[in-house]
Amino acid sequence: MPNRHSPDVVIIGAGVVGAACAYYAARAGLSVTVVDRGPVAGGTTGAGEGNLLVSDKEAGPELDLALLSTRLWRELATELPPETEYEPKGGLVVAPDETTLKALRTFAEGQRAAGVDAREIAPDDLPALEPHLAAGFAGGFHYPQDAQVQPAQAAARLLHASGAATRLGEEVTALLTGPDGTVRGVRTTRGEIAARAVVNAAGTWGGRIAELAGVRLPVLPRRGFVLVTEPLPRLVRHKVYAADYIADVASDSAALQSSAVVEGTPGGPVLIGATRERVGFDRSLSTEALRRLAGQAAALFPVLGEVRALRTYHGFRPYLPDHLPAVGPDPRAPGLFHACGHEGAGIGLAPATGLLLADVLTGARPALDLAPFRPERFGDGTTSHAANGAGA
Amino acid sequence: MAPSSDPRPARTAAPAPGDGTGAVASAADLAVVGAGPAGLAAAVTAADLGLRVTLLDAGDRPGGQYYRHPAPELGAERPEALHHGWAAFASRARRLRDHERAGRIRHLAGHHVWTVVRKDEDAAGEWHLHALAGPEEQAVTVRARAVLLATGAYERQLPFPGWTLPGVVGAGGAQAMLKAGLVLPGRRVVVAGSGPLLLAVAGSLAAAGAAVPAVVEAASYTGYAGRLPALLRNPAKLAEGAVYGGALVRHGIRLLTRHAVVEAHGTDRVEAATVARLDRDWRPVPGTARRIPCDALAVGHGLVPQLELATGLGCATRTTADGTAALVLDEQQRTSVTGIWSAGETGGIGGAQLALAEGELAARSIAGRPLPAELVRRRSRLRAFADAMGAAHRPGTGWTGWLSDDTDVCRCEEVPAGLIREAVADLGATDARTVKLLTRAGMGWCQGRMCGQAVAALAGCAPGPDRRPLSCPVPLKVLAELPADGGTAP
Repeated sequence: MPNRHSPDVVIIGAGVVGAACAYYAARAGLSVTVVDRGPVAGGTTGAGEGNLLVSDKEAGPELDLALLSTRLWRELATELPPETEYEPKGGLVVAPDETTLKALRTFAEGQRAAGVDAREIAPDDLPALEPHLAAGFAGGFHYPQDAQVQPAQAAARLLHASGAATRLGEEVTALLTGPDGTVRGVRTTRGEIAARAVVNAAGTWGGRIAELAGVRLPVLPRRGFVLVTEPLPRLVRHKVYAADYIADVASDSAALQSSAVVEGTPGGPVLIGATRERVGFDRSLSTEALRRLAGQAAALFPVLGEVRALRTYHGFRPYLPDHLPAVGPDPRAPGLFHACGHEGAGIGLAPATGLLLADVLTGARPALDLAPFRPERFGDGTTSHAANGAGA
Repeated sequence: MAPSSDPRPARTAAPAPGDGTGAVASAADLAVVGAGPAGLAAAVTAADLGLRVTLLDAGDRPGGQYYRHPAPELGAERPEALHHGWAAFASRARRLRDHERAGRIRHLAGHHVWTVVRKDEDAAGEWHLHALAGPEEQAVTVRARAVLLATGAYERQLPFPGWTLPGVVGAGGAQAMLKAGLVLPGRRVVVAGSGPLLLAVAGSLAAAGAAVPAVVEAASYTGYAGRLPALLRNPAKLAEGAVYGGALVRHGIRLLTRHAVVEAHGTDRVEAATVARLDRDWRPVPGTARRIPCDALAVGHGLVPQLELATGLGCATRTTADGTAALVLDEQQRTSVTGIWSAGETGGIGGAQLALAEGELAARSIAGRPLPAELVRRRSRLRAFADAMGAAHRPGTGWTGWLSDDTDVCRCEEVPAGLIREAVADLGATDARTVKLLTRAGMGWCQGRMCGQAVAALAGCAPGPDRRPLSCPVPLKVLAELPADGGTAP
């Protein structure tokens, strides 16, 4: 089966996570082929805002992943072309009242212990950071480590820099297995690719790849809408959001949640995102989502009320029941590795995921403990969370 | 629904709770979006059949892009002189006024519908049409039990070096300037592109006093030969062609077929156009270029159906003979989404006569009436003719050969062809959406209406249907003041 043309690794998915896996695997000396049924960044990556956030993550395994990624993105920014639009602009989380501020303070203390730079900002000092911010906030926290990239560019440039062979517009229809059942490559709509290892970086559609191997990985879509304004002079300097965003991110509710994260872009438009709701792969426009995003953005920056939205788009975050990604080998299907389920943080968490996975693939000791991200942690049963999995 | 059943929307609309957005209290039987030939015909027919109709249109007066009026202050005495079939419009405009007076049609002029959403509060289903009204962009929500999308089309542009120079206008735009403002784009106007509109534009410009040194048509009219049956079944269309052809002869205008403008020259304004011969695939043939002095250039490659409201609702699309995406419609003019009908250019570019027929058929279907056989035959005949024309004028794949790497393809975001080519060749952009994400082509004010077809061609894929969840820019305060529906998740 494998011959001299076979790559060491086949990565399924040309989103930012697949691209980062390709980049770090290639850097570790492996030969890589990336397969995707669509173009580069054609799934959730292309619908993302490019958030590299530590501010919204409580102390724990995801924050550790985010902090590692923060360091890696800083390195990547010097290695990738400027089109990647890496901006270490920092985040600003504001609290509408004293109660929220107190909660935010506790939250930030935990983060600090994990290595996050979180600085409390008194109400009077908020305008210095954001001159157009509405008055009346009880205070806030400044997170200098928060940053931003242009997500599609980030994926495309990482993939390009990896030197990996790419097979786009080619859908994986089956996994190849050796005599002992070990995964040994993929079959696509255009042929077979043999390889020592297969990486599932199929994002929101990662559950289907797992199914091809006969294992369960309950990735579910969590829809989000983003509003994009007309091009504006720089009105918003940081990633700015109200503290209730953090509660939304961690929520288990299926219902629509929204708290606008507002940020400027080098191109001029302000991005306002994003709602969170579990409605399967429903692509219809939710005017309720737009109403809330617009209202909340204008509450943070009143000047935005007079501004026009030029477009809106939506994406489907790959969400696992415990809000942590699946990263590492799948003991139930030797030869298969997972790198998916990053929910709304895939752009930010991609480099760390790629680095850790490259470590695993080459037998090196991973820089972080992968136990919390074990793909088999949800078991093989047909338990509760499958209920909402329209199309997952 | 079969024509024999009675699918008429129930007339027992419950009064709506006031939502503070200027909406009327009860749902209309039918909302028609667009007051061009299709929408106008549909609205008056539906009102004739007893339906209560709300007609929304972005323009100040009915007629759409086709039946354009000179601004009243110009005091034009015979607007019909520039129009074919003005009588068909005038009679329907009269019926519209009668129905408005009788309260059967509510005509909301100057209303731009930016999205249509389904509200499932009752079993019959109801649609909410969100619009911006007037220059103040006031929020208006219209409720209706059925919707007819007659949103028409916009002009297909294929860029070329120099196309952003002042003096280069759309062929349809030149026609519109003439009809609405009685203004000429220049004194010496080269008309170029592809499609029957070019002949009409050249004739109108010449009649209004401009010199037209050439009509430069990229297709070869011999391409019609294989489709003669469709042409012969449409004597009126042939006569129309003869009128245009006659006008060209009368004004001494040269018709250059299988040629294209491959570059416009000038500094502050267009001063000349370079014209070259094209091969079968529309690739410019080396050594055939020549310069034609001019002070204006009217260019267009036919029309593209305007579909964003329909695709936003999930209506299925197909690729038509002219290479554009259009809605899939059944013989009742129904889209694939129950409760949404469409008529006119949205179902495939076909012209005003077809739009009038389809509008009337759609209205009859919505009212649950049988479709008159004669009208159905007329529709098939005109549709076959449109397909034949569309196939003859479909752009060849080689046209991108006249784009230099520094030609701006997306004018709003100033994205040159070279950047798009790089995204395709080096960065894995195999479709127009990814090109947009990687280059910003199509992200500006026009949201890809101008460059969408060109970007798709450079990406090597068929142009997809319009996808713009917001059909026009919407102020955030309008969005923020939308009626709350307290969460949308099941």
